[in-house]
Amino acid sequence: MASPRAMDLVRVSATSTANADVQFKDEVVKLIDVSRCIGCKACQAACIEWNDRHEVVGTFDASYDNPTDLTPDMWTLMRFTEYENPSTGNLEWLIRKDGCMHCADPGCLKACPAPGAIVQYSNGIVDFVADNCIGCGYCVKGCPFNIPRISKTEGKAHKCTLCSDRVAVGQGPACAKACPTHAIVFGTTDEMLAHADGRITDLKSRGFDNAGLYNPPGVAGTHVMYVLHHADKPEIYAGLAKDPRISPLVQLWKGVTKYTGLAAIAGAVIVAFVHHVVNGPNRVTRSDEENARRLVDEENRT
Amino acid sequence: MSSSVHTVRETDATAAQGAPTTTVDRYTTGARINHWVTAICLVLLAISGLALFHPSLYFLTNLFGGGEITRIIHPWIGVVLFFSFAGLFLRFWKLNLWKAEDGTWMRRIRDVLTAHDENLPELGKYNAGQKIVFWGMAIFIIILICSGLIIWDRYFSSYFSLDTQRVALLIHSGIAILAILLWITHVYAAIWVRGTFRGMIRGNVTGGWAWRYHRKWLREEAAKPRDTTTSHYH
Repeated sequence: MASPRAMDLVRVSATSTANADVQFKDEVVKLIDVSRCIGCKACQAACIEWNDRHEVVGTFDASYDNPTDLTPDMWTLMRFTEYENPSTGNLEWLIRKDGCMHCADPGCLKACPAPGAIVQYSNGIVDFVADNCIGCGYCVKGCPFNIPRISKTEGKAHKCTLCSDRVAVGQGPACAKACPTHAIVFGTTDEMLAHADGRITDLKSRGFDNAGLYNPPGVAGTHVMYVLHHADKPEIYAGLAKDPRISPLVQLWKGVTKYTGLAAIAGAVIVAFVHHVVNGPNRVTRSDEENARRLVDEENRT
Repeated sequence: MSSSVHTVRETDATAAQGAPTTTVDRYTTGARINHWVTAICLVLLAISGLALFHPSLYFLTNLFGGGEITRIIHPWIGVVLFFSFAGLFLRFWKLNLWKAEDGTWMRRIRDVLTAHDENLPELGKYNAGQKIVFWGMAIFIIILICSGLIIWDRYFSSYFSLDTQRVALLIHSGIAILAILLWITHVYAAIWVRGTFRGMIRGNVTGGWAWRYHRKWLREEAAKPRDTTTSHYH
């Protein structure tokens, strides 16, 4: 992980004194053209190699997915779906490269309790900073795409960094570099949107009327986008969220609960203090003691 | 059964000119240890929980040795609290059953809060407020341990769907706030009503304290047969 200058950060987890002057600038996008993907997994191999992760050999589960899910070491994963298109009767092999979408409004960052464990650079990349991560798993609950994974051995959260270290020195992400069909391309947002337009026009001319760009507004857009042949049905691509947004439960927890909770605690302490000041202590009187002694003496005599 | 009521000659200022003062045993050594283990756990849980609840309180993680240790230790303290409170529950649940006089006490809450204890009915070992704290804590701790296990990422979260975990997280923090409010009530009541702490520290209270706040309980204790060999005459 590149260590960014503080001025490059648009958002910092668990930090209310964020630098309001920093705006998104020179935003980058990784565009994944699902229609061009051949499922070779070069991206997965490149990811693991560049980031020096060591995924253990798993077990076969009668699918092309390998491993079967994202893991703390496997930050990107080809998810294979055999889709029978009802309108054409064709069998379509949908292969989606899953991984962090680098949301403009990241749920992981919103949920994170550790200051500086999740940051968002001005170029839009959302990054986990292992040194500050405490491994609580709140980011997992905050993420609308079910992406972060907690390492049992390290006790840290991991996910795709969009190769922030490579991007910082003007390189594209390792997966994009390794992709043999240019299904993964990387560049500025404007470049990528223009590129996606061309691809969508091409797909539409070839009969994919619903071809389109996946850049969900529910998370204020993403810095990883898909070109889908069936953009009207993202869920057929191994359950890609149709309208992803930060769960209202997380918003409630990190919003009103947080503020009213602390206010209630402070209020209770103040009420107690005022009560004591107004009423003074509730003391036992000498006559209470004498009454008690008389009661006990009477019992003793009986 | 020996009585828990003793007559003690004390020279401290509360005793009337060196006249013997009555004391009443309220908590056994076991009950007091059980209580303070629970109390320490609850305070540590509140501090570590609040540290991860609001960023402004994250500095509290330093008390535990950092964020990671706080994250690791919090659920384990919760497990200790659960069993420790279970001990308190088994000791005291019968004494906390709701009685007719508790309703009267609740209706005269104004007298309670203005220390007009003479207008309140005679009470057993616990008043309605203490009973509410007792049952409230029992319910909250059950909810907290259940929701806490669901969000205990290291061991259990993977058995639950993400939405279940999100619900558990919301419930856990909301109920924790309510438990802290209940705890503030509990501690404040013990501070406000002078002479209460010694019940949980020395194990006994003065007869006057028992007469003023828990007279029915004092009558029951006084009526128990006395065992002269254990009478505490100093």
